[in-house]
Amino acid sequence: MTRDVAVLGAGMHPWGKWGRGFVEYGVRAARAALADAGLEWRDVGSVVGADTVRGGYPGYVAGATFAKALGWQGARVTSVYAACASGAQAIATARAQILAGLADVVLVVGADAAPKGFFRPAGGDRPDDPDWLRFRLLGATNPVYFGLYARRRMAVHGDTLEDFAQVKVKNAALGARNPYARYRKAVTAEEVAVSAVVADPLRLLDICATSDGGAALVLAGMDFARRHGAGDAVRIRAVSTVTPRFPSTVLDLPDIATDSAVAVRPGPETFRESIAREAYEEAGVGPGDLSLAEVYDLSTALELQWYEDLGLCGAGEAVKLLREGATAPGGRIPVNTSGGLASFGEAVPAQAIAQVCELTWQLRGVAGDRQVPDARVGLAANQGLFGHGSAVVAVR
Amino acid sequence: MPRTRTPVVAGWFTGDGDGFRLLGTRCSACSTVFFPREDVHCRNPHCGGGRLTEEPLSSRGHVWSFTDSRYRPPSPYVTDPELSWAACTLIAVELPAERLVVLGQAAPGITVADLTVGMEVRAVPGVLHEDAETTWTTWHWRPTGVEA
Repeated sequence: MTRDVAVLGAGMHPWGKWGRGFVEYGVRAARAALADAGLEWRDVGSVVGADTVRGGYPGYVAGATFAKALGWQGARVTSVYAACASGAQAIATARAQILAGLADVVLVVGADAAPKGFFRPAGGDRPDDPDWLRFRLLGATNPVYFGLYARRRMAVHGDTLEDFAQVKVKNAALGARNPYARYRKAVTAEEVAVSAVVADPLRLLDICATSDGGAALVLAGMDFARRHGAGDAVRIRAVSTVTPRFPSTVLDLPDIATDSAVAVRPGPETFRESIAREAYEEAGVGPGDLSLAEVYDLSTALELQWYEDLGLCGAGEAVKLLREGATAPGGRIPVNTSGGLASFGEAVPAQAIAQVCELTWQLRGVAGDRQVPDARVGLAANQGLFGHGSAVVAVR
Repeated sequence: MPRTRTPVVAGWFTGDGDGFRLLGTRCSACSTVFFPREDVHCRNPHCGGGRLTEEPLSSRGHVWSFTDSRYRPPSPYVTDPELSWAACTLIAVELPAERLVVLGQAAPGITVADLTVGMEVRAVPGVLHEDAETTWTTWHWRPTGVEA
């Protein structure tokens, strides 16, 4: 029995700072995905919205918000939130509904309108909220954590600032070829090196921006896809949505401390490694089978960490992989062919959906001058704060 | 009138000078240590759950990593908008006895140039900010080999 679901349609609203509401971006992405699928909104049996915490109440009930904007038609509705992994959780929910026989066609939508500057916690005095505490006690913004991870890699693996800059150079070159990217201009290593330090050792061009954007997918059961004449559609074969295992020994956003490993020996793999392994096991593939990967490059250094966490190379070998060109176009395993967060900036609930849009276009062979030749298997990985892992494997 | 010294968060640290210590809790059943403190349930999934009792953490550890904030953090971090922002150094410290990593601000005057991964640091009392009535106190990390 197949546990695949078909990706019938993919659509996006371009990323940017457009100054409009998230609903508009999401609806445009949804209409694009429906048109791509050759389906009408009234054909959709279920809509799953990935929530945003930046849109007021409508953002917390994104599924209903998008359904109302598209026109109430009585679909099953779900709204999910998992920080940066919200989009992947929406895909996982849609897939579960399809595999359970609850719906034939599910529309997945995520969109955000990001304010200028650092993300900040919700308002009010909330001393039992770790996200509030890290700002109140330490002023620890997201880039602070990215800086800690980057410095740690430099100390443990010998990565250099020049290595980090090369990740940006690679991703900017790809983003320049993506009509949905916010930044569509090549960047040189010199430009990275002269950009302002935000959180030592990382500079402005090492760290992803926050953006407006919207992305949507139309997913369907394989029987429906075949009846619809799309039996050869790109398929989602696995969706991993795992938590860390105790004791979690890597300082994770928004925590001030790790778990203690004094009573329980840490397992053999880190949280991020487990995210990928679960997806590989479910899909029945391994890192050697991948044609491409989209990873959550919140910073340049984090992209390198993902190479190792996905098993594309051994621990400490990410820079070697990068320098060999293995993760660039034409390499053994191109990473972030979309241009990544480096070129998009993060539109939180849309980002994991956008990753799967890129996989879909690559696997269909319609990714234009970003195309990976004969792409067969793609993996998208990300991590939402508070312990939400996610990875999606798509195949053709 | 002198300001009242108040911990910015209650029950996370205690003591002055060389007696300053971070406060965690330890589970009586599995001996796992928690910081920030857990007072109700042990979070070890293999543990049936014991009594959680307060325990001071080791005062010294080693730098796991470090960074700084070159830009003013947003609220609820409290800063004086009248003053220009000076970079604030942050250190993640591995406590060998408790086998956990605790993030904190570095003592005033410590910059990233003073730090290396693996360097020994100790927890010292610090001031987060002051307002008209209150000096809000916190913990800082200071390299044992660097005097301010």
